[in-house]
Amino acid sequence: MAEATVRKVRPKYLNLIQIRLPLPGIVSILHRVSGVGLFLALGGLIWLLGASLGSAEQLAAFRAVLAFSVLGLPVVKLVVLGLVWAYLHHFCAGIRFLFLDMHKGIELETARKTAVAVLAVSLSLTVVLGVLTW
Amino acid sequence: MVKRLVVGAHYGFRDWLAQRVTAVVMAVYTVYMLVRVACLPAYDNTAWRDLMAGGFTKYVTFLFALALFYHAWVGVRDIWMDYIKPISVRLTLHVITLLALAGYAGWVAQILWRL
Repeated sequence: MAEATVRKVRPKYLNLIQIRLPLPGIVSILHRVSGVGLFLALGGLIWLLGASLGSAEQLAAFRAVLAFSVLGLPVVKLVVLGLVWAYLHHFCAGIRFLFLDMHKGIELETARKTAVAVLAVSLSLTVVLGVLTW
Repeated sequence: MVKRLVVGAHYGFRDWLAQRVTAVVMAVYTVYMLVRVACLPAYDNTAWRDLMAGGFTKYVTFLFALALFYHAWVGVRDIWMDYIKPISVRLTLHVITLLALAGYAGWVAQILWRL
């Protein structure tokens, strides 16, 4: 019983610049970041949905908001594209987590490969959707 | 064998499960809507409006929205619990999150059923 209370002093690295996350860790924190982003944008996204299905004036407002740009940069469209990435990443990483819950793909090699697949698939689908809808 | 007495409202497991069930509902809806949009006869506002005005589309879109709001509630609540330690600030943020999501649910219902 005595040795159970002895604790090894372990180094703590809480400096965010020093922390080196493994690939599955990057997928995990991006899952959280994308979830927060989507939650914060929810009001704006519902407004866009409503305006796209609303009266003629609302539809005009929808188009004006999407076309809004600063110094020739279509900032709203870029933010929406960022949210498309957030949705796709959250979707792909979420499916990966569901498989991990069922103890599928928990071996280190497989877990690394599926983490890369999540990053690659969500980024390339973002590019495809961006090109198709721009 | 360790006999552990777990006390509390047991919402931990319920929400863990709800997070996954709502995720599957949203994933199925996402694929379904991507197929529906890909099959649209034209890419203009009329086609979009006709798609969303369909009774079945409204029904599943509203289910998607409810799944999304429950999912967001569990996820955002977890984040407040992870990072916000003062209980009064945390409670305030929980209430704001819940009120925002409840209002969004009404807003989405109004957008869909005025079509």
